[in-house]
Amino acid sequence: MSITLPLLILVIPLFMFLLLGLAGNKMSPRLSGILGCLGMGTTMVLAYIVSFTYFFSGNPDFVDAEAHTRLQWVVFNVDWLSFTDSLVIRLGFLLDPIAALLLVVITTISFMVHLYSMGYMRDHHGVWEKGFQRFYAFLSLFSFSMLGLVVATNIFQMYIFWELVGASSYLLIGFYYPKPSAVLAAKKAFIVTRFADLGFLIGILALSYYTGTFNFMDLTSSQLVSGAYHVNLETAENIKNIFATSAAPTFMGASVLTWALVLIFMGGMGKSAMMPLHIWLPDAMEGPTPVSALIHAATMVVAGVYLVARLFPLYLMEEASLEIITVVGAITAFYAAMVACTQIDIKRVLAFSTISQIAFMMVSLGVARPEFHHGIGYMASMFHLFTHAMFKALLFLCAGALIHAIGSNDYTDMHGLRKHMPVTHITFLIGCLAIAGIIPFAGFFSKDEILTATMGHSTFWYIWMSAVAGLTAFYMFRLYYLIFWWKEHKVREGHHAPHDQPWTMTLPLVILAAISCVAGFVPMGNLVTWNGHEMFPEGASFITNLKALDWTVASISLAVAIIAIILATVMYRKENPLPAKMKQALPALWDWCYHRFYWDELYMFITKSIIFQRVCKPIAWFDRHIIDGTMDGFALVTNKLSYAIRGFQSGNTQTYVWWYLIGVLALGGITILCLL
Amino acid sequence: MDISMIYYLVPTLVMFCCGIYGFITRKNMIAMLISIELMLNAVDINFVIFNRYLFPGQLEGMMFTLFAIAIAAAETALAIAIIINLFRAHKNIDVSDITKMKF
Repeated sequence: MSITLPLLILVIPLFMFLLLGLAGNKMSPRLSGILGCLGMGTTMVLAYIVSFTYFFSGNPDFVDAEAHTRLQWVVFNVDWLSFTDSLVIRLGFLLDPIAALLLVVITTISFMVHLYSMGYMRDHHGVWEKGFQRFYAFLSLFSFSMLGLVVATNIFQMYIFWELVGASSYLLIGFYYPKPSAVLAAKKAFIVTRFADLGFLIGILALSYYTGTFNFMDLTSSQLVSGAYHVNLETAENIKNIFATSAAPTFMGASVLTWALVLIFMGGMGKSAMMPLHIWLPDAMEGPTPVSALIHAATMVVAGVYLVARLFPLYLMEEASLEIITVVGAITAFYAAMVACTQIDIKRVLAFSTISQIAFMMVSLGVARPEFHHGIGYMASMFHLFTHAMFKALLFLCAGALIHAIGSNDYTDMHGLRKHMPVTHITFLIGCLAIAGIIPFAGFFSKDEILTATMGHSTFWYIWMSAVAGLTAFYMFRLYYLIFWWKEHKVREGHHAPHDQPWTMTLPLVILAAISCVAGFVPMGNLVTWNGHEMFPEGASFITNLKALDWTVASISLAVAIIAIILATVMYRKENPLPAKMKQALPALWDWCYHRFYWDELYMFITKSIIFQRVCKPIAWFDRHIIDGTMDGFALVTNKLSYAIRGFQSGNTQTYVWWYLIGVLALGGITILCLL
Repeated sequence: MDISMIYYLVPTLVMFCCGIYGFITRKNMIAMLISIELMLNAVDINFVIFNRYLFPGQLEGMMFTLFAIAIAAAETALAIAIIINLFRAHKNIDVSDITKMKF
């Protein structure tokens, strides 16, 4: 493959960002929107070409046909900053199964969101939102950063783009900057993820200090473990030495490698909103809804999962770190699902649902072991990343359509919308079925693979995750019924009756709904595996996934999902007192869930009462009184002294002469005394 | 040539001290200027004396004296110009009243 196409995938969004950012104000909103869509559309087509070439061309660069193994392919890798011979920062383009998969996911969702925003970012009278061009510029910036992140050839390049996506997320959350809540949410997201990135950076430094390399090709070459990727012998020998040095030194009872991996995972926790660093994601919903769909549901928040997947062979060397990932993921999944059951704001329900689903992916990575079904957990995680991106973007875009039509985020203002907004209703239902895991929608297959992988690792976590899957089905259908059923819709005073949106908004919904219906049949086991080996060497087709199902797990999870849906139907289909009664029966539980288990309050308490009061205040006192005090003291003494002696310069010439005379006589006297 | 150097030096010392005394005590700027001239002339005479007694047959001291007299003339012209300007501005040349150039 030539260098042009992959390079263009990165260059076009960057160019669109510069064009729309610099010249946006000179052009009409419509033109800038069309330009943005065209740019992203082109990028999407290019990404499809690149990915499909990678997966299906059979080129010996990409796949070792004899061994049924996919290879890593470095399209280009240029030296960017050469500090010393060994410390060189490179920028490049690495194509391997997960990068190719993510290219498709990111460009698809990004294009849908670009298109959708053409309709969403204008009001009912067709007036464009203020800052429309800026919005498109930021979307392009985000797409560029995210694409750069997934194709990074080394961990440092990944870190650079990692921060860039964080910055564009900040800009887009705070898009409505006159609104104080949006500013606060943007700040919160930035600070929390920055805090997590501190761990990431330390992890990178520790890892690269001991291994002496940033390159993923060296770090994750699974030659060590299984001999899958193409690595020449010299490199393999080199790598063995590398890890021998990094695994030996210990710090507080764990090897440097473990520490580095756990710290790197901390960066992933921040970006992927794992507990306890999840608090920024629900607030990030202050951004425009298409942004939530793109950044905070489909792409940026899965960067943490991608990071772990990228370094998976390394994590595999330290099973303790994988156990940590499993536990964090499982607890987060359950917590977020509980909270999602009580929220009123529909975007928040979806936000917590996102947290829960990303936690599914994390658990899946955490339980993946090569011994069990060729590391099915890894494949399942990437599969779920793919399907989840599609149906969660769909759900968010539906929520955007609802919010656009109703002018409120709360389901209490919606109810009974199924007749008013039929397209949104059907697509939302498809999204719900997909996330709940009903056959044959996308979520069923990926979630089933995850549960299979979990069961292979530990029965306890399997039961736990199955319960979470049931909760998922319950809260999604609770949301669905409360929006579209419950009772007749009452049109609010001064509002039109809600209706479906222009084609720019419905087309992405329909496309994403269609993808959500069929994405589950993609034979992911032959495309994305942890070491590149195809799971079905005899070949795969669209029914491979069905044939490969573990029907015990599948029927249990289907049964759980259907029971949960029936429960939701009973409780929320028609207006009835049952939900209120249940709320009264368990007021404490409901309160805790509704207030998100008081995590935000806990953070406020820790920062305000402990860090600010106990730590920052004494430091501030020291700064103000000791450090500033010393400097002030110098200034004060100089000042006083100057005032004291300024009387000498009286302006009276004859006084000066007196002083001069005295000085001369004194000097003369001293000289004479010395001479004598 | 029996007169020793000291008979010349004492009068110039007296002259110089008179100059200092006058410079410090007189309030009139013209009088101060005259005092400066007195000091200068005392120094000039010293030059001549030292030249005559210590390095007889050489002329450097004389030359310096002539040079200093020329400079003093120019300086006096300058000082008088300043004093006249001061008088035009203040109608007064009392040095104890001209104390604006201070802190």
